[in-house]
Amino acid sequence: MTGANLLLMMRCPEVPIQTSIALYLSHKLTKLGFDVTVAGTVAASKLLKVSDSDGYYVKKLVDLDKTIVDIIEKRTDFDICFAFMHNDAGMTYATTVSAISQTKMYSIVFGRNAEALAETIEFDCEKIVAQDVHNPVRLKNKLDKVMEEIMK
Amino acid sequence: MSCIEQMKYTIHLEKTSFKDAREYIEENSDEVYYVSPGYKIFKDYYIIGIPPVVVGAKGNALIFTYTKPCHGSFVLSIDDEDSVKEINRLRESGEQKEPASLKRSKLSESSKVSPASYQDMWKKEDLES
Repeated sequence: MTGANLLLMMRCPEVPIQTSIALYLSHKLTKLGFDVTVAGTVAASKLLKVSDSDGYYVKKLVDLDKTIVDIIEKRTDFDICFAFMHNDAGMTYATTVSAISQTKMYSIVFGRNAEALAETIEFDCEKIVAQDVHNPVRLKNKLDKVMEEIMK
Repeated sequence: MSCIEQMKYTIHLEKTSFKDAREYIEENSDEVYYVSPGYKIFKDYYIIGIPPVVVGAKGNALIFTYTKPCHGSFVLSIDDEDSVKEINRLRESGEQKEPASLKRSKLSESSKVSPASYQDMWKKEDLES
């Protein structure tokens, strides 16, 4: 899978662990040889830019809505997509990407309602679920295992 | 920012789940059409949604879902010459149309909001999502 085109799809940054996990995943997956693009809302992207002002962890940062339009219009696509979600809107966006793209989907479901939200996912994906808001360690550990599986 | 935010629209439901938004459209439209996620309406709005994505027509108004990352799903309608074109396009394209007899039970009144102007809705949010 090394060299594969990979999208990290950030959502509303209301839940704190999203930013740290996005930075972690982007850096880790880039080091593993993936071509990583991070897509975010305006606020999520600003958080990332300030946290990583020299672009050390995130090499490609793009607008989420524009990226979805590019996929719909077949100007781009991705082999793998990690979709962050902590609310219904996040799940709706991820479902849309699943429907318009050939990508393999991984749903990162977090926040206080993570387990209930994960139950509502109807599209084909691997779910990484952690009912956490502030502490990213449990989610990070689960994602480490997912990355190990991807690299096998 | 899509073209929708530049248009004059009415908000029928706000900050709800996509499924409730879909149900509202099914219940409150004269005609109901099912389209794929990413279906394009107006100049450049691509509908974000969970299949089946629904678009309704009521008179000359097009009723559709609008999902914002931080604020959930909304039901909006636009009633102008462009909405008439969109409704005609749906009729002509042969998109799946649900029979009226399949309509589901109505949403509770508490989940509905009064129609409001688009400027009232967006000016306070500053599109920081």
